[in-house]
Amino acid sequence: MLTAAEIRVARLVAGLSRRVGAGAGMTVPGKLLSKVDPGAIDRLAARLPAGVAAVSATNGKTTTTAMAAEILRPRFRLAHNHSGANLVSGVASTLLAAWNAELGLLEVDEGALPEVLRRVRPRAVCLGNLFRDQLDRYGELELVAERWREAVAHLPEKTVLVVNGDDPRVGSLAQAHGRSIVFGVDDPRVARPALQHAADSKYCVRCGTPYEYLAAYVGHLGDYRCPNCGHARPALDVTARSIELHGLERAAFDLVTSEGTQRVELGLPGLYNVYNALGAATLAQALGSPLEEIAAGLARFSAAFGRFERIPVDGKQLLLLLIKNPAGANEAVRTLVDGGAPRVAVVALNDAVADGRDVSWIWDVDFEPLLEGLQTVIATGERAAELALRFKYGGLDESRIVVEPSLEAAVDQGLALTPDAGELVVLPTYTAMLALQRVVAGRGLAKPYWERAA
Amino acid sequence: MSTIRVGHLYPEYLNIYADRGNIAVFARRAAWRGHELEVTSIGMKDAIVPGMHDLYYIGGGQDREQLLVAGNLAAKSQPLIDAVIGGGAALLAVCGGYQLLGRRYRGFHGEDMAGVGLLPLETVAGSRRMIGDVLLECELEPGVRRTLAGFENHAGRTRLDPGAEPLGRVVSGFGNDGESGFEGCRLGRALGTYLHGPLLPRNPWLADWLLAQALAHRTGGEPPELPPLPDELESRAHEVSAGRARARGGKR
Repeated sequence: MLTAAEIRVARLVAGLSRRVGAGAGMTVPGKLLSKVDPGAIDRLAARLPAGVAAVSATNGKTTTTAMAAEILRPRFRLAHNHSGANLVSGVASTLLAAWNAELGLLEVDEGALPEVLRRVRPRAVCLGNLFRDQLDRYGELELVAERWREAVAHLPEKTVLVVNGDDPRVGSLAQAHGRSIVFGVDDPRVARPALQHAADSKYCVRCGTPYEYLAAYVGHLGDYRCPNCGHARPALDVTARSIELHGLERAAFDLVTSEGTQRVELGLPGLYNVYNALGAATLAQALGSPLEEIAAGLARFSAAFGRFERIPVDGKQLLLLLIKNPAGANEAVRTLVDGGAPRVAVVALNDAVADGRDVSWIWDVDFEPLLEGLQTVIATGERAAELALRFKYGGLDESRIVVEPSLEAAVDQGLALTPDAGELVVLPTYTAMLALQRVVAGRGLAKPYWERAA
Repeated sequence: MSTIRVGHLYPEYLNIYADRGNIAVFARRAAWRGHELEVTSIGMKDAIVPGMHDLYYIGGGQDREQLLVAGNLAAKSQPLIDAVIGGGAALLAVCGGYQLLGRRYRGFHGEDMAGVGLLPLETVAGSRRMIGDVLLECELEPGVRRTLAGFENHAGRTRLDPGAEPLGRVVSGFGNDGESGFEGCRLGRALGTYLHGPLLPRNPWLADWLLAQALAHRTGGEPPELPPLPDELESRAHEVSAGRARARGGKR
């Protein structure tokens, strides 16, 4: 049993950690608890009456989980790690803090997924995608995929596995588990003419031959088929069709399921958010939500922390789009360009462990379509100069590039160039986004993330 | 004004560490001096024809992709050696591409993979990856010392043959094997290295050195002195990267 004393100590630490300003106090109690009692997380999960649902992906897991939370909230009291503390310690802290929760809804780091699944024995798991991420931190994609395959092989039989069939590596996991539901996009009108430079899973997972794509949607996500061995996208159980993308504002699609079809209106732009919504919807349906509730939840959803988040500043607005790897950054750029490319942008590159110490990934991002429309780009963060080189060698005239390592000064310069009531686009890496949120919060404009409603 | 012909080996497979950044640097820096860069992809089905290219580039891939090209490249060893060692074309090989150019690569379970045998070295897989920022000191021309700042991420331990010339001496970081104090390999106009980042944007002198070697191959003369460029942003990025290596390079 988890003792009352253990819980009291861990909560006390959480409070202290917040008070001394050591992060948000989100992972410290979990770390402590795992030290005191490594099996505690298993028992905390087991006592949730409606069980645990886990979400993982290299891209979009925070948004997908937050969307699922919005859908599921009318039905369950949730233990949801909404601040993005998605390692084992963060999961433990979340379960600890939400003492009276009914359902655990957990965003899980792709590297931590095997251990978390083994411990919490989830009722449902949603796996979204595997894109090239921080190589210095996670190793090569194939290693992560291998660990996921092992984790799926050890899932309890009755666990429902929800996978994105449009990702070859993730879609192939469906065969390895009895109770699987496959989702995907089926609307060639919104497909891209060609695979992007940073597409990762271009080669057949079985025989290594390049796939042929009937439709490529986001990175290597799409309707693929191997011309050599015939390995192809699995049959889809849940599909997005009749997709409409409305610039920087919103998107809509038909959610087609075995229980019927429902139009979904999203207050977020971009095809990648259609994927996130589709994953969240499929997961929620597996947990018993009817279609109307799913559509209502998705319609209510605005933005997850730093992911297309709009923050008012001095009569203007900051539009934050987190960038952390080529696939995600490419989608951010594409969505911006589709919505009418901005004339000024702030791009922030840090190289802490959480950002990836290896910054080479910025050269795999297709920034060029954004550069065409820019009058000024302000490169900021600890690796501002490296970023400036990316733009310079991408063809942007050096006179249009400002290098300002201080995040706060960079945003102020950007705001000065933004007309009244206008919007300043900011593309920060993870720790740059946290720092930016602190800057804005320090001016009393936005609540720090640990004080926001779950 | 010349056209510099670049043969980019397996760009579809070996591109993991932003290798196109290196190509972009070659292209811009050539253009700023009035030269044109003509990049051709040399893929699985393409032959290597000595004399056709002034500069070869081969990048890094994930293990899976690297394995897919290894056999194909080994079968093209002789024309590549003829083009570079015999013909004097320049070459830059990064990370996985660097390993493939050695005599062989021994995997973690003892399996042997034949390499091209262009560079005098062998690589053996190790159990722990060597990941981090790196700073090197190089002396490609006698008496001219310059630094290279980059990032390394490799499990392979590369051993140079006795007497072989490294690309540089490790100031901070792991280098070829974490022990010898050497990084990379240089044989005439051919360079191999674990450094990515990508390597060339923050180390423009190396891009210029390779361009000059390529121009020498093109014209049949000596490597020309390229007009200097401002490179202020490049120096700033180099300083930050070098500082990272000094502060945290070579730590596990």
